[in-house]
Amino acid sequence: MALKIPGSLYDQLRQHGEATYPHECCGVLVGEFDEAGEKAVKNVVVCGNTRTDSPANRYHISPSELVRIQREAMLASHDIVGFYHSHPDHPARWSPTDLAEAHWTGCSYVITSVEKARAVLTNSFLLLGQEEVKRFEDEELKVIE
Amino acid sequence: MAIKVLIPTPLRPYAGKQSVIEVTAQTVGEALSDLVGKHPDLRKHLFSDDGKLRSFVNVYLNDEDIRYLSKEATPAKETDTITIVPSVAGGR
Repeated sequence: MALKIPGSLYDQLRQHGEATYPHECCGVLVGEFDEAGEKAVKNVVVCGNTRTDSPANRYHISPSELVRIQREAMLASHDIVGFYHSHPDHPARWSPTDLAEAHWTGCSYVITSVEKARAVLTNSFLLLGQEEVKRFEDEELKVIE
Repeated sequence: MAIKVLIPTPLRPYAGKQSVIEVTAQTVGEALSDLVGKHPDLRKHLFSDDGKLRSFVNVYLNDEDIRYLSKEATPAKETDTITIVPSVAGGR
């Protein structure tokens, strides 16, 4: 299973991390699930990080934003397929906090490492399992034209 | 016309793969009860063992978080939409 994303949207989410450096950025990936379990991103929705108390190492998307994004996605016959955030001066891998705070099983969590305001690596992780035994698995990120 | 409940992606496997489920209720609590009555597998994903909504489950009546209304006692009418959204957070 993979997450497919157009190059322009891939660049957009990486650039968001550069723009918010040294703070974490965050946003929502809207698109489609196909029968094979692959996800195709059609839109990147930039969100605010409500963790103004600790934005350098924490992010949180307002539920009211999620509600609005969910409804708009459904009107466009799309769906929330995942989320993205950045790790300033930190690897593009999920942390224990990322896992503890992840609840959208079946969705992708995309993380970009941003070093000295430059996006370096972007990885995608698929959240699997139920809340008590959830886990992240590495997921192929296909950047398409 | 019934109250629409929007089901987020992670909960659809327990709701017959549906993204929208219609329920009949006078309050948000009754709507959620009707929902889990129709789809019992949803219960443990929405509620903890003490019967309370799990802390990371956000429930909105139209555009308002029920925590800031009357919680499950919040009145609901047929033209309302209830949206369930699990929290999204994390960090390095």
